[in-house]
Amino acid sequence: MSDTPENISMQAALNRALSDALADDPSVLVLGEDVGKLGGVFRVTDGLQQRFGESRVFDTPLAEAGIMGLSVGLAMNGFKPVPEIQFDGFSYPAMNQIITQLARMNYRTRGAFPMPVTLRLPSFGGIRSPELHGESLESIFAHVPGLKVVSPSTPSEAYALLRQSIADPDPVIFMEPKSRYWNKKPFDPEIADERLPVGSSRVVRAGKHATLIAWGAMVSRCLDVAQFAEEDGVDLEVLDMRWLKPLDTRGLTASVRKTKRAIVVHEAPRTVGLGAEISALVTESAFDVLKAPVARVTGYDVPYPAGRLEDEYIPSIDRIMTAVQDVFSYRRDAAK
Amino acid sequence: MGAGAITDNATVGPDRMLSLYRSMAIARALDLESVAMQRQGIIPGYAPMRGQEAAQIGSGAALVDGDFAFGTYRELGVAVARGVDLVGYIATHLAAWHGGLYNPKESGFAAINAVVAGSVLHAAGWARGEQLKGSHGVAISYFGDGASSQGEVHEAMNFAALEKSPVVFFCQNNGWAISVPTEKQVAGGSVAARAQGYGMPGERIDGNDVVEVFRVTSEAVERARRGEGPTVIEAVTYRAGPHSTSDDPGRYRSLAEENSWQKRDPIVLMRKRLQADGQLDDAADARISEEAAAVVEEVRDGIVHLAAQPGSDMFTFVFAEPTAAVQEQLEEWKEASHV
Repeated sequence: MSDTPENISMQAALNRALSDALADDPSVLVLGEDVGKLGGVFRVTDGLQQRFGESRVFDTPLAEAGIMGLSVGLAMNGFKPVPEIQFDGFSYPAMNQIITQLARMNYRTRGAFPMPVTLRLPSFGGIRSPELHGESLESIFAHVPGLKVVSPSTPSEAYALLRQSIADPDPVIFMEPKSRYWNKKPFDPEIADERLPVGSSRVVRAGKHATLIAWGAMVSRCLDVAQFAEEDGVDLEVLDMRWLKPLDTRGLTASVRKTKRAIVVHEAPRTVGLGAEISALVTESAFDVLKAPVARVTGYDVPYPAGRLEDEYIPSIDRIMTAVQDVFSYRRDAAK
Repeated sequence: MGAGAITDNATVGPDRMLSLYRSMAIARALDLESVAMQRQGIIPGYAPMRGQEAAQIGSGAALVDGDFAFGTYRELGVAVARGVDLVGYIATHLAAWHGGLYNPKESGFAAINAVVAGSVLHAAGWARGEQLKGSHGVAISYFGDGASSQGEVHEAMNFAALEKSPVVFFCQNNGWAISVPTEKQVAGGSVAARAQGYGMPGERIDGNDVVEVFRVTSEAVERARRGEGPTVIEAVTYRAGPHSTSDDPGRYRSLAEENSWQKRDPIVLMRKRLQADGQLDDAADARISEEAAAVVEEVRDGIVHLAAQPGSDMFTFVFAEPTAAVQEQLEEWKEASHV
């Protein structure tokens, strides 16, 4: 091993995780539209069919309900399918299978048929994509009993979380932040090989004055904000939730009880977004120490806009900075 | 499909013929008893399958250990044919547990599924799994004329036909999807005819002729097992009762229609056939009736005495291991329910 850490994109890290999972466990299968020869539209499955053959890595017809229904049947027959649905918005046609079948099968069968299925779902916005190619569905999935939901923020986390999701006995919706696919970071083997319990968050920047809570692509944006704030003498903690279900209530509480202020940042629309749940959890567990209400910086309650407008929609550094300032300027007795 | 006739087929031996008749008698008796239990307030609701015994028993009996049946919620006859624990099956109608209380894995019979066509893709996926493993099990997917309108049926047939997966798509065309008749449900009039478009065989058969159902399904199952791919079978039959114990067929179909199908009651047809062949005398028929009554008695007793599942089961099976939030809510439930 050289001393210089290897720079690797999230796409490559995910590819490596799939490759290692296929190599380690013969019951792991990769299936979806164009995942074979093409290697997926984001090339996450690049070369896997060539290496593992068409019985382990295979193209399906263009039918998302089919992809998920087949995965349920394969899981009933002892496999650990890792289906890909090409874009977040294409999961809508598969919702019947995801919600009424995949999420409930272990429950319905009283544990006779667990569903070790990991749905890889390129997610969120930021790449100027066509309609329904930039959805943020975490609160929809997190609301469904029986599903776990996770989103990585870096290549090393992506490797660790995908391996963990595939090994998990329950269905996991694995939301890949597509705007981060090609962003290279030093690959940290310690993080990649670390298996924090399912549902663990990670403090990616320790701070004293307020906690920025984010996941996926918003983590790196919050780190940028923290850097700017530091220049103003404000020390922000950044908490990468990682798992959006189960949520790390303990990690969340510990961070906010320390900093006494919390700002949640997500791309999804605000109303009934995950920020509301996080805000409620923080209020329940840290009300006595909070110096300001939990702030939310989110997408708006509008359909995800076309590419030329998406920078107006996705929480920007400016919007997050403003929310931080508002939180610091909040005065209990002067509340509007 | 000659009215009232039963296929003459020398390949189905006398023992098999009697066993098909016996299973139909058990399914009929338990079906009637289940309706009675609903009327008596023992179970809250039931979806009767009376009239469809031949379609279900004939097809279910064509399977062997290692095969897997995927259905919805009107497959009591298949459950009987597969030897599923019948108290566990009826338990779903007792509202004890949605999927029933039998073990679907050990039974080779999927959990009861409220979504029509919800399990058709599972059959295709499970069957693909047999191919990948190099195993020789066959999946059979049960769905109705109503469910044939669901897009997932198309997705499943397309995939299975592309991969030549070992699946039998068994459509019970019972004439009615609640109140909507087949002619307003199935364009072209036949689900089996659609098979041609997928490049697989499709056969429309008399679903009230248990011997024909058994023979045709056995052929499709063996064809699938040989690696020659899926088949569509459309068994034309009749839902003699209501869609469910809450339904009122008098609002949408005529008594004359019901009576005309009554003449083609699958059990009566088979009894006549066995009697004509000298395989069933009155004493043997009475013994089968007694046997069916004994099964019914045992199931009724099991249902009446089935203890409610502990409330903690609500939390136990959401995930393989409860998450912290589920565990916390379990504790909350215990406190609220004074457990």
